[in-house]
Amino acid sequence: MLVINDLHAGIGDREILRGITLRVNAGEVHAVMGPNGSGKSTLAQVLAGNPSYEVTGGSVTYNGQDLLELDPEVRAQNGIFLAFQYPVEIPGVSNAYFLRSAYNEIRKANGQEEVDPLEFLDLVEDRLKLVDMDQSMLSRSVNQGFSGGEKKRNEIFQMAVLQPRLAILDETDSGLDIDALRIVAQGVNKLRSPDNATIVVTHYQRLLNYIVPDFVHVLANGRIVKSGGKELALELEEKGYDWIQDPTPAAAGAVA
Amino acid sequence: MTDTAIRKPARNSAKDGSKAEGVTTRALGSVETYREDFERLPAGPDWLQSLRKQGLACFESLGFPTTKNEDWHFTSVAPIAERSFILSTVSDSNGDKERRGASRRKSDVTNPAGITAALLEGFKFGERDWHTLVFVNGAFADDLSSFAGMKHGVRVSSLAQAIQSGTELVERNLGKIATFDQHAFTALNTAFITDGAFVELQANAVVDKPIHLLFVSDGDRVSHPRNLIVAGRHSQAVFVESYVSLRDGEYFTNAVTEMVLAHGAHIDHYKIQRESEKAFHVGTVQAREARDSRLHSFSFATGGSLARTNIYTSLDGDAATCTLNGLYLTDGTQHIDNQTSIEHIAPNCPSHEVYKGVLDGRSHGVFNGKVYVHPEAQKTDGKQSNNNLLLSPGARVDTKPQLEIFADDVKCTHGATVGRLDEVAMFYLNSRGIGRDTARTLLTYAFAADVLETIELEPLKKELERLVLARFSA
Repeated sequence: MLVINDLHAGIGDREILRGITLRVNAGEVHAVMGPNGSGKSTLAQVLAGNPSYEVTGGSVTYNGQDLLELDPEVRAQNGIFLAFQYPVEIPGVSNAYFLRSAYNEIRKANGQEEVDPLEFLDLVEDRLKLVDMDQSMLSRSVNQGFSGGEKKRNEIFQMAVLQPRLAILDETDSGLDIDALRIVAQGVNKLRSPDNATIVVTHYQRLLNYIVPDFVHVLANGRIVKSGGKELALELEEKGYDWIQDPTPAAAGAVA
Repeated sequence: MTDTAIRKPARNSAKDGSKAEGVTTRALGSVETYREDFERLPAGPDWLQSLRKQGLACFESLGFPTTKNEDWHFTSVAPIAERSFILSTVSDSNGDKERRGASRRKSDVTNPAGITAALLEGFKFGERDWHTLVFVNGAFADDLSSFAGMKHGVRVSSLAQAIQSGTELVERNLGKIATFDQHAFTALNTAFITDGAFVELQANAVVDKPIHLLFVSDGDRVSHPRNLIVAGRHSQAVFVESYVSLRDGEYFTNAVTEMVLAHGAHIDHYKIQRESEKAFHVGTVQAREARDSRLHSFSFATGGSLARTNIYTSLDGDAATCTLNGLYLTDGTQHIDNQTSIEHIAPNCPSHEVYKGVLDGRSHGVFNGKVYVHPEAQKTDGKQSNNNLLLSPGARVDTKPQLEIFADDVKCTHGATVGRLDEVAMFYLNSRGIGRDTARTLLTYAFAADVLETIELEPLKKELERLVLARFSA
């Protein structure tokens, strides 16, 4: 589904990703872990097409397409979804209007008919339950006045409605109490299917107790320095990130 | 429908000379045109004649304001000053090019410009049962208006009719609220006071439905609509004052509305400026508020190539309040200027003001909000803000909140912002499958939403929301 090959990217002159290679197949859940500043979030943003980041090398293929060529909205229309670490507040636009616009844009792009507000309401009702949110949130402005937990649940709710093929969760667990974490994880698990893939970007192992990954990758200094199964996450939790050294000579040179 | 003729020849040549003075944009030819038209004006009662003369004298001595005038610092009215607009009503009554002579009276099937009710449907916010007074090129059009069934204590008529029937209230108030010794355009309007709306609300009168004053312009002349609203003690009414056009005419509207709010009167006033893209518009709304009265004003401005709206109020009595909100939308090469003034004369008066602007293309917006707190106006609570959204690199806005406080126990805040579309929000929308154009419309709408939310008149709010969405969609 997703093939990342030697991806380099950064902001301005600062290179953050220094050669990421990763392969994600349908049905898999990959966890990307690493200390602050290792490039986890950058990877998530680059995959979603955030124009603030510049890709300086490498390639990303998504279902055979050159992903990097596509505008962010086209990526979304093709089934990529990024759950933001810091969901954006949009005062003046209701959640219902926002999400229905998104839903219809994606349908339109896929040659499907748009749905009207009433149909849409029917459609989202049980998705709201999935993340334990009340229908009244639909008439509130997007993320405005939402608590941290509500914002994260709203991200998962949007994901549940838009039903992406590749979901990227960017530190969805950060700042969540255990109950909210459980709700979020439950939502994600319900949406897992053999046709979908998920990339879970996280700093802590905690979330992975609930969303059990097939693969765990450790990112440091913009590279994947270690990959393994779910047990790697436990090892990280126990030992912290310090024991993982960037094994490449380039990094050693940078220190000297 | 005949095209109206501009009396070009002699006048246009005069303007070059006057421009050379440099100090003023007082185009001699233009001022002369106004004087000539003034002299043709059908005479009114003595008091009106004298008021008009004062107006003309003031206008002639002030001349058109230049950008050296602080009130017009960001707006050059040269395009208005340099043109010789002729007065619609004068040339109409002279027959001029139209040659319809004496047969054209109120009894005609349609008004002079041949405008039918069907053509105005789109400007009525889908509300057929509002009280509507229609004015065509400044003159009251009886056949297009409907305001029957006014309650006891409410008097509504055209100003011309009120003057003709010798209404004492008109003589007593006209020209007393909208001061013109320093305001050239108000002075000019005063010189030409002929028609407009007159509304009297007696004590405790409550008007059940909004009163819509609909000014339709057609052609390329100037009109000087003058409205007078006298709201008695504890009376209540909602006014919508619309300026619209049926065609893309290069006309000039110079309107003045005066409002008197007696003790405890509540007036909602919505000014909707949707003039033609080529038009010129200067509109002043000026109020005086007695104790415990409340003025809620909303000014929507989106039309005209050069437009200026002045909303002025004076809080004369204890605990009088005002809310002055507004929204301006510009694109192309439009220039839209908004000036507000709140005079806190009496103590314990709250005033609230939110103006927002959305500017696209190479358009230019201006906001100047003055709040004067006089020495006696203790416990004033004034809040003012102006926020602008620039949608294109060529758009520009000048904003000047002005707070002058001469009392020591007051709470006043003001602030202004100028920003562009939030790229973070843009990416958030894009990442959900919403393309740039739709996202831009959505974010623009969102920017304007909170000020539109203050509109209590639901059909109007809906229509303005629609206009915002339509205006900036790609």
